[in-house]
Amino acid sequence: MSDRHRREWIYKLCTYGAIVGLFAFFLQVQNQADEYQIRILNVSAIFVTLAVSYNLINGVAGQFSLGPNAFMAVGAYTTALLTLSPAEKELSFIIEPIIWPLSVLHLPFLPSLLIGGAFAALLGFIMAFPVFRVRGDYLAIVTLGFGEVIRVVANNVQSITNGPLGLKGLSEYTNLWWSWGVAVFTVFCVTRLVKSSFGRAMQAIREDEVAAAAMGINVFRHKMLAFVVHAFFAGMAGGLMAHLITTISPTLFSFFLTFNLLVIIVIGGLGSMTGSIIAAIIITYAGEWLRVVEEPMAIGPYNIPGIPGMRMVVFSIMLILVMIFARQGLMGRREFSWEWFCGFLKIGKRRG
Amino acid sequence: MSFFKVEHLTMKFGGLVAVSDFSLTAKEGDLIGLIGPNGAGKTTAFNMITGRLLPTEGKIYFRGKDITGTQSHIINAGGIARTFQNIRLFNDLTVLENAMIGYHGRLRSSFWEAIFRLPRYKSEEKKMRSMARELLAEVQLDNVANEKAGTLAYGQQRKLEIARALATNPRLLLLDEPVAGMNPRETGNMMDFINSIREAYALAIILIEHDMRFVMGLCEHLIVLDHGVTIATGNPAEIQNNPQVIEAYLGEPEGA
Repeated sequence: MSDRHRREWIYKLCTYGAIVGLFAFFLQVQNQADEYQIRILNVSAIFVTLAVSYNLINGVAGQFSLGPNAFMAVGAYTTALLTLSPAEKELSFIIEPIIWPLSVLHLPFLPSLLIGGAFAALLGFIMAFPVFRVRGDYLAIVTLGFGEVIRVVANNVQSITNGPLGLKGLSEYTNLWWSWGVAVFTVFCVTRLVKSSFGRAMQAIREDEVAAAAMGINVFRHKMLAFVVHAFFAGMAGGLMAHLITTISPTLFSFFLTFNLLVIIVIGGLGSMTGSIIAAIIITYAGEWLRVVEEPMAIGPYNIPGIPGMRMVVFSIMLILVMIFARQGLMGRREFSWEWFCGFLKIGKRRG
Repeated sequence: MSFFKVEHLTMKFGGLVAVSDFSLTAKEGDLIGLIGPNGAGKTTAFNMITGRLLPTEGKIYFRGKDITGTQSHIINAGGIARTFQNIRLFNDLTVLENAMIGYHGRLRSSFWEAIFRLPRYKSEEKKMRSMARELLAEVQLDNVANEKAGTLAYGQQRKLEIARALATNPRLLLLDEPVAGMNPRETGNMMDFINSIREAYALAIILIEHDMRFVMGLCEHLIVLDHGVTIATGNPAEIQNNPQVIEAYLGEPEGA
């Protein structure tokens, strides 16, 4: 076996080792940490899933979509409607009774989650036909519109979504295993896809659509592929989110969510999955730590009442700083690799 | 059945007629030059042939099939590849990746086979990589295979663009100003390069170029466009002495 082969094997083992280590860490956390800590870790995982899949369409394929909140909504509602028992559903739907097949369907968490993802992917597939007729800013506006449409639909189709009342009393199925399991699976699928010939084709489309088409790449099909894969994982993340906070309503899936994700992938570096993962975790934790700035405080003789939304100001400043000092984001388009890591730690130096 | 045939191609942008009644016939292995002053409609003709523009009138036949108005990637799969006037490489991808893109259109595996690295995808990827490496070696770009395409020198970028087009396995290659901005020595090298790939890949080539020495030295047949109208066709010697061509390039003789 050649030196290169052996090294690749070692790196592979390192990756698996790291994943095992991660879950061993969670086992510890599950037993010792308080509920608040666990919750933040869960939210981090959901944002990792969202950011990585969102980066596929925005960073890798270069299609500026603003619609992940739509896919999350579809995933969340689908999953929630499937996990709620018929009796619970009958209790919740007080204004208009729930329509037939949904009123009796009841499935365990995993199949519900997968069906949630599948429905989001189906929406992505259907949306792809109109939205990819336009590019750039226009694409952003059209996808933004679809996000709003889904929210308005969720508000008004009361016999399916229970309207503005939303769905309450979902079981808290989401735990560290589910959330991080899905996150790791997402990272696995998306990075593998990006590193494959399909990923190269998507990047080619990002770099130059006309040239990509002239080189035999079916531009529409690859944009759609990125969009549908993104939708699938965003839908799963929505399902996880629903079963973490146990209550969903249309207001949860506003554009604000998309904005958050956009901040994450831009800070992480458009096109870098490593950057998305790091930024997703940083932003989630920062959101918690920065609660301080929203509390009432006393600076000298002045008493400042709590200002809700101050965190957003801090995030905006962060984004501006990134734009000024690191325009490519934290990672640019670079990715983590064990080779880089070893170089960083100065071990296993390359023989010249 | 002719190899490549363009009949009465016309492109109108509103009131502007960019190309009118453009016809061309090529046999396998032909090398045809398309010349004319700026704005004559040469690139527009290429754009119609490669499916970027839908011609207002006219038909394009390639290997017995009507390809008028077909999508770019399907035309490419059929065997027509092109380069661009202002180089359009995938700048952020490496040279090797740029070349590998050319093989993607012929990939048989589906995306989930790629995600889970199933055997069929693995072997296809391996084949793709070795074919791209071979191709780069042939065009002497293998020493920069892992550099970003955007960082290459100008001449190398031109070459890579041709190599990328060759990777799609074309029968007909359209070159849009392959020696624009090159000095005479580089132009000479490019001439040899085009001759060598023409033989090695049994290609028919149609090229647009302003460098007359290059065009006259390389092409066997020339078509001259001016304001969208074909004003002359023939071999280099005939074109050089055609009064209409001289007029298009230099203007009318004084006092005429």
